[in-house]
Amino acid sequence: MNINSFRSASGIALLLAFLALLLPWSQTLGEATINAWQQLEWLALVVTVAICALVSMALQKQEQRAAWLVTALTLLALWQAMNIVHQVDLAGRAELGFWSLVVALGFCVWAAMSFLAAIKLFQGKAQAFINLFIPVLLGVWLIALWELFTVGLAIPHVLLPAPSIVGEAIMSSLPTLAADFKQTVIKAVVPGFLLGNLVGFIVAVLADKIPFLRRGLLPVGNLVSAIPIVGIAPIMVMWFGFDWQSKVAVVVIMTFFPMLVNTITGLGESHAIEKDLMRSYGATYWQSLFKLRLPNAMPFVFNALKINSTLALIGAIVAEFFGTPIVGMGFRISTEVGRMNIEMVWASIAVAALVGSLFYGLLALLERRVTFWHASLRKVHH
Amino acid sequence: MNSATADNPIDHVVEVNEVCLDFHTKDGVVSALSDIDLNIKAGEFVSFIGPSGCGKTTLMRVLADLEKPTSGSVLVNGTSPEEARKNRAYGYVFQAPALLPWRTVQDNVLLPLEIMGYDKHRQQKLAHEYLQLVNLSGFENKYPWQLSGGMQQRVSIARALSVEPQLLFMDEPFGALDEITRDHLNDQLLRLWQQTQKTVVFVTHSIPEAVFLSSRIVVMSPRPGRIIDIIDSDLPVDRTLDIRESPEFLAIAHRVRAGLAAGHSYDD
Amino acid sequence: MTTKAPYTAPRKPSTMLAVLTVVMAIIVVWYAGAIHLNSPQIIDRYEKKELDWSFTQLAVDSWNMKRAVLPSPHQVLVELKKTIIDKKVTSKRSLVYHASVTLSSTLLGFVLGAGLGIAFAVGIVYVQTLDKSLMPWIITSQTIPILALAPMIIVVFGALGITGVLPKSLISMYLCFFPVTVGMVKGLRSPQPMLVDLLNTYSASKWQVFWRLRLPSAVPFLFASLKVAIALSLVGAIVAELPTGGQAGLGSRLLSGSYYGQTNLIWAALIVAAVVSASLVSLVGVVERKVCLRLAGGQEVSHEH
Repeated sequence: MNINSFRSASGIALLLAFLALLLPWSQTLGEATINAWQQLEWLALVVTVAICALVSMALQKQEQRAAWLVTALTLLALWQAMNIVHQVDLAGRAELGFWSLVVALGFCVWAAMSFLAAIKLFQGKAQAFINLFIPVLLGVWLIALWELFTVGLAIPHVLLPAPSIVGEAIMSSLPTLAADFKQTVIKAVVPGFLLGNLVGFIVAVLADKIPFLRRGLLPVGNLVSAIPIVGIAPIMVMWFGFDWQSKVAVVVIMTFFPMLVNTITGLGESHAIEKDLMRSYGATYWQSLFKLRLPNAMPFVFNALKINSTLALIGAIVAEFFGTPIVGMGFRISTEVGRMNIEMVWASIAVAALVGSLFYGLLALLERRVTFWHASLRKVHH
Repeated sequence: MNSATADNPIDHVVEVNEVCLDFHTKDGVVSALSDIDLNIKAGEFVSFIGPSGCGKTTLMRVLADLEKPTSGSVLVNGTSPEEARKNRAYGYVFQAPALLPWRTVQDNVLLPLEIMGYDKHRQQKLAHEYLQLVNLSGFENKYPWQLSGGMQQRVSIARALSVEPQLLFMDEPFGALDEITRDHLNDQLLRLWQQTQKTVVFVTHSIPEAVFLSSRIVVMSPRPGRIIDIIDSDLPVDRTLDIRESPEFLAIAHRVRAGLAAGHSYDD
Repeated sequence: MTTKAPYTAPRKPSTMLAVLTVVMAIIVVWYAGAIHLNSPQIIDRYEKKELDWSFTQLAVDSWNMKRAVLPSPHQVLVELKKTIIDKKVTSKRSLVYHASVTLSSTLLGFVLGAGLGIAFAVGIVYVQTLDKSLMPWIITSQTIPILALAPMIIVVFGALGITGVLPKSLISMYLCFFPVTVGMVKGLRSPQPMLVDLLNTYSASKWQVFWRLRLPSAVPFLFASLKVAIALSLVGAIVAELPTGGQAGLGSRLLSGSYYGQTNLIWAALIVAAVVSASLVSLVGVVERKVCLRLAGGQEVSHEH
């Protein structure tokens, strides 16, 4: 927010780092405790955090170099912490001293993000890079925190596996994950998504041409949108069998209604003055549709596409719970849960999240391309 | 008001006879236009002036077939307004620029040309020509939202002119602009009218604007919307903005103001 | 155009009629679909018994088939009557009982999710560092198919000894908070800069600006998102009930219906879910009207955004 907020964050970080020096870091099997100064690597981490806190307190100018220095020191400390947490003395035996340092690290991350957030650049590209980097830093911190906690407290894998273990599971079962990806995403999600959106869009355009149909469909469509449509998954499995066909059917039905409702609403978005303009040109229905109303409906269409990107993945995976050949992401999740093989479940989830994010990101990029003119996206200073 | 009856009806671009238009609102029937008679000859610059609610925009919308009259007859170019619209007989400039935000300036001017099916080469030529006329060369590839309000309205004028209609409807086109820009555009519009000999129907609520631009001023009054005076103006054709301080100008302006005051009761 | 008849707009058929027509069309398609999907089995049966059959006979039989592939609307109605009116509310076979189980975790999840969503939104609007770092992860959180994780979350919580309403409502919460955050951020940022400037000329504090300007401006946005959120909350609760098998809730009814091929039960549960969902959404709508009335000082307002 302002200089003071991240100065106080670094102040707290410094205090906690000092505390980490006093408090014990680990309890060995017997009674003895180990302190930070007794291990060179631990001491090095404390020093890094302290320097990071001091630097960010000293540098008040909202200057790029200061921000990057603090960020670099924070990342260095994170890397050090990730390395030492796996040591025998810390894994599962971490004590208050270590945890106070982890909290100090958190404040360092906050200070670094605040420094970066305060930067205002006039070059669009550099600013875009910083805008991308800040959330990445937060993501790195969240994953690091997850790793530090699960390893430091030796949380059972069944409850929550550490990211490093999930990473290993992904690496060691790439072929299985690839087969699941092919079954669920390529065979079910993509065709279902395309078909459902296409049909929803076409029905919306037709319904728009017939006002009676539109007035009837819009409330019904809104109602159906509120219904838990995933509930039809067992029915679709019964009708279309265990393989991908039933999943495509679920995805089509799930994506149809959001697209229908959004497109109908979007087609009604054109202003009266714009319609008068087309009328004054003696434009035909189709000319007015393609040149005026469809472009105006595009923000709504993209809204539906983005909603549907998540729905499609959920629909296909949930439908696989009700029956599937022995492959597919939903199948993997449900069977590996049964076997308490939670690493593999998380590996599937990670793939699903990655696919979902890429899908969404792609649509968001396309949206920027197509509806660049919309008030929410336009850049006036160009 | 029946001065036009002596003229040859063939010359009339617009003929309005006993037109009434009622709007049905939840508070009852509102008479937007009542017994309107008006003829407009080719090459005239006619302004409708009056306070808000007097029906000046509604009358123009009736001429452009954007509104259907409740009764009475309207002829544009000797045909019904609907036929005239379908024959693409007029250009219309709205109160707001109404530019499509996803089209560049150039593409916005091309819009009517595309709809009316001009060939590609001719489209480019006309767009170039009319953007030049409104002094917007060099802005072809900008988007409307990157331009000022005055520039946007000039684009919309270029767009209306690009199909080269003989009849131009302008509905308070400069209403939202600052006075300096407005003076400048008034000057340009007058010159354009003199050069091209188009028939212009112009709606405004500014007395100086109406007097400066028009060859005939139609003064209207609300509740019900009606014509209360039609004033011929005989200011020299090659007038400039300076004429607004001349006695002739002030005399006409005075008559318009008197007409407006007579038709307007301040009780409501 | 020379006639003096008053101009009247062409009469528009009422919305009610249009909706009824669409609903009727759905019912007709449903009955036709029942014939299409059920007849192969019926015809099989006829041929085994070597019976003569007519189309009318086929239609009637496929509309009254037991364990139909697609039960006809009246069969579902009978099932609804059986499981709602005929059974005691406390019975394990009563859909009212199961709906109430689902409803309790839906509502808890909704309250938690709305609270979390509003907290995130206030943080994003008021803290620059959060504004720049949090939003992408909030969006990413929704690309994770949480519904697909629901079984695992339930199992993991079960292993920790936490069962019942809480784990289910956590899934509802996860789905709920997103639309609320997005809507509230939009809403809290919706006041015109000029109005913010106006309050600044009074040297109003940050919290005065929040309570007197930003929050009231955000109310319409908040309710629009709450309507989406409560429907999502129900979806979350139902899916969270799927893996609990045999236990209570509409989701478990769906699962047991699908295990035992009781299609009537599946459809009845779905329709109850739809009715619950629609009622919850309209309930939020009623509260919205009340709140907006109070904000407008007793006058009906319409808001557009």
